[in-house]
Amino acid sequence: MTDLTPMLPAPEPRPAEPDSQTPTASLAGLTPKARRQRLDRLAELAAVHAEEKGRSLWAEAFRRLRRNPAAVAGTVVLLLFVLVALIGPLFVPYDPTSTAWADQVKEGQNIIPGPSAQHWFGLDHNGRDEFSRVIVGARQTLLVGVVATALGLIVGCLLGGLAGSAYGLGGRAGRRIDNVVMRVIDMLLAMPSLLLAVSIAALLGPSLTTVMIAIGVISVPVFARLLRGSMLAQANSEYVTAATALGVRRWRIALVHVLPNSLGPVLVQATLTLATAIIEAAALSFLGLGNPDPAVPEWGVMLTDALTRLEVAPRLTIYPAVGIIITAFGFTLLGEALREALDPKLRR
Amino acid sequence: MTAETLVELKDLQVHFPILRGVLVDRVVGHVKAVDGVSLSIPRGSTYGLVGESGCGKTTLGRALLRLVEPTGGTAVFDGVDLTALGSNAMRTMRRRLQMIFQDPLSSLDPRQNIESILTEGLATHGIGADRAARRALVGETLDAVGLPRWALSRYPHEFSGGQRQRIGIARALVLSPDLIVADEPVSALDVSIQAQVLNLLATLQADRGLTYLVIAHDLAVVRHICDTVGVMYLGALVEQAPSAELYTRPLHPYTRALLSAVPVPDPDVEDRRERILLTGDLPSPANPPSGCRFRTRCPWARERCAQERPELRTLAAGHTVACHFAEELE
Amino acid sequence: MALLEVEDLGVTFRGDREVRAVDGVSFTVDAGEVTGLVGESGCGKSVTSLALIGLLPKQNTRRVRVDGRALFDGLDLLRADTRTLRDIRGREIAMIFQDPLSSLNPVVPIGVQVAEVLVRHRGVSKAEAQRRAAQLLDRVGIPDPNRRLKEYPHQLSGGMRQRALIAMAVACRPRLLIADEPTTALDVTIQAQILELLKELVREDGTAMIMITHDLGVVAGLCDRVNVLYAGRVVESAARRPLFAEPVHPYTIGLLNSIPRLDAGQGARLTPIRGSVRDVLPWSQGCAFAPRCDRAVEECLAGPPEITGDPHSFRCVNPGVGVDLEEVR
Repeated sequence: MTDLTPMLPAPEPRPAEPDSQTPTASLAGLTPKARRQRLDRLAELAAVHAEEKGRSLWAEAFRRLRRNPAAVAGTVVLLLFVLVALIGPLFVPYDPTSTAWADQVKEGQNIIPGPSAQHWFGLDHNGRDEFSRVIVGARQTLLVGVVATALGLIVGCLLGGLAGSAYGLGGRAGRRIDNVVMRVIDMLLAMPSLLLAVSIAALLGPSLTTVMIAIGVISVPVFARLLRGSMLAQANSEYVTAATALGVRRWRIALVHVLPNSLGPVLVQATLTLATAIIEAAALSFLGLGNPDPAVPEWGVMLTDALTRLEVAPRLTIYPAVGIIITAFGFTLLGEALREALDPKLRR
Repeated sequence: MTAETLVELKDLQVHFPILRGVLVDRVVGHVKAVDGVSLSIPRGSTYGLVGESGCGKTTLGRALLRLVEPTGGTAVFDGVDLTALGSNAMRTMRRRLQMIFQDPLSSLDPRQNIESILTEGLATHGIGADRAARRALVGETLDAVGLPRWALSRYPHEFSGGQRQRIGIARALVLSPDLIVADEPVSALDVSIQAQVLNLLATLQADRGLTYLVIAHDLAVVRHICDTVGVMYLGALVEQAPSAELYTRPLHPYTRALLSAVPVPDPDVEDRRERILLTGDLPSPANPPSGCRFRTRCPWARERCAQERPELRTLAAGHTVACHFAEELE
Repeated sequence: MALLEVEDLGVTFRGDREVRAVDGVSFTVDAGEVTGLVGESGCGKSVTSLALIGLLPKQNTRRVRVDGRALFDGLDLLRADTRTLRDIRGREIAMIFQDPLSSLNPVVPIGVQVAEVLVRHRGVSKAEAQRRAAQLLDRVGIPDPNRRLKEYPHQLSGGMRQRALIAMAVACRPRLLIADEPTTALDVTIQAQILELLKELVREDGTAMIMITHDLGVVAGLCDRVNVLYAGRVVESAARRPLFAEPVHPYTIGLLNSIPRLDAGQGARLTPIRGSVRDVLPWSQGCAFAPRCDRAVEECLAGPPEITGDPHSFRCVNPGVGVDLEEVR
């Protein structure tokens, strides 16, 4: 019998022990073919442990995301949306603000021309090309969603991160800082979000910026609470104790260890907030708090205008509404898939 | 004792306040997790701390490293009282005091690769002139713990339990510390892997003259690697003796019960042995029994045990026991 | 005839890739006998027991495939319909899990949970069930049972919870008790109490028991027959004494040599098994243990080794000679 021990894969090598005697390999007695076969098989076995690069958790999450049909569908929807928003305006058939066909609209007689070969989606109540307006409106909608969410995310993460690291690592003084920050957040949270938005809009006057700030502000407490909670949980984990035991400085622990491990839920929330931000922007525009210039197309404003003419031309509500729904749906799909991909329970 | 003492704990206490209150916290009591423990560890030796969950052994280990703040007593390490150090001085001191954790996965940051984990301590303490010097040191340490070099670019979740524990050991080792506190270093590992890690710890001690404080619930593990063993019950030491002595001649009733409860993989031993079955559960450390803390579960408890708390008494060379009737029970 | 006869039990999980967690496990359990399933994490011991009583997550879906036979008193558990299984579980076959806290409903008092089993399977009245529940708690060594009946799981200590769980398991005097690492989460002194209790219950009721554990010490004190599992297969099976006195499979020998023992010489170097449980070979290619085995020879890679020998059977082409217990001491 030939001893195979030394050839077998030992990815976890024995600690160097003085008493371990490694028997010498002996492949000599075999025919070349048998030898090759055996080596192939063992190579196959060892392949799992070969020199492939390690995959970080983000990379693993991305891999899971790629294999999730919901994530792929969501991403495709969003890419289309972004594409339309970015380059759509360059290709629209008409100027979205041009009222060149106003003479065809006779509101007194309840006539708003519907889809035709010339105007795919028909005209709106001011005689503008509806198709061009929907396409160009995507850009405004995307802008509102992204800017508002980014605002909420940045401010929320700053506050939540401050509170979280202070409470988790700062001892008694840290708990006091956390207490102050969180009470402010609680006050924000206690206010009905739409009311808050309305008051901000009232303060700054109706404009697109108002809508963005208003929506950003109402999502601040959500992000702040989420990040703080997540950081507190991480601050109690063993690897933080381990870093402390190594002598790593506390601010470094907060930034390098706690924060990156706490960001998962916040990212998921951000995608979901993007979806709601678009809907809320529509709602605020609907209430007349958005851009007062009706010439610039935005889905929420279009929806508002269309609603008063629901009986005459219901299709005018459908175009922007479907746009909003599909976009929000795309973000939600991606958000849920991201949540699944980052779920620690799925990690092996 | 001729050997130089590296660690000397004197009456170390960790009392956690129990807080109640809606707006303002009020202290309504204390959990006496560690309630006056004194022990000393000679350089180059291994001290084992055993006891069941809730006995305060983990808290004691962390209090020594000031990962939880001691509320009383002193912890002298190589002539320096750690409890009196300011936070910066303590941080510098941490290079010499390292720790190995029970759960190798949760004690490694999942988003750091192995290289980053191992170099973090070096960077913190400014060891190694440049990146290359640190890399060399890290590589050397990997060899010492028996991990391949390609591990460097990998992440903790890509390793098996035993390998992760080796990473944890390497992280402590790379700083070339004097003392390593090992908190349940093998209890999360598979049986066949435990021996690998125990052997590794022994090899490293022999090569580098490390001093260990091993905290474990498994008496067989402790006996295997420790020179001196201390048995803890409800925040206090009840018995301390050289390892061989403690296992052949346990004097405290709790130690005896513990030893008799450990299953031995030998049917003959199992069939013959008489178990000292303890009744009841561990009392709450917030409200420990009067007198001897073990008396509520002790089969030999008498009246005196309820009134007078037994002090640690030396009954043989290096063998101390906190029991009024240790001689009679023998 | 044996009470439970498991033949060629296989469990395959189909996720991203197929994982054969249990790969043809066969063993028998006689009435009144304690059978041990021993192995390390991932050897398939828990999956085996869950498959037997139809409690694998997603069992009977396309994600999980269970094959083989498990005759319990003539009834094939693996083919029984859900209703039959539900009737059998708790009445004929009861299970004790590792973590007593998560196995108990946190918002229902202990007494109600114990009584529920009796009402469900024995059809007794609620008052009668409560009375019997108190008796059961008393029997498993819970002091002051009438007061404890009204308490919630979080008010009990770990040991007490495990006792309550055992009370629920033995409430209907089942013929087979499956204990999955019942003492792993407990302290040694509490573990000793629980093992003693289990021993007593088995002796008094004549209940058969399957003891699933990683701790060879527990096995040595409790089991009549021991099956050592590795990578989803039984690699060695023998009565308790021969297994410990003359282990044959290199894995069993390796395990025995690698654990620090209370009764062994101090400071002696342990002989670990190298590698980790991850380094397995698929059984179809040869012996799964070969990559970690010091006795591996060419034949080990020639194909799946058969299990041979009776009553001391093993799955190895180059068996070891056993450990010399005298030398270990």
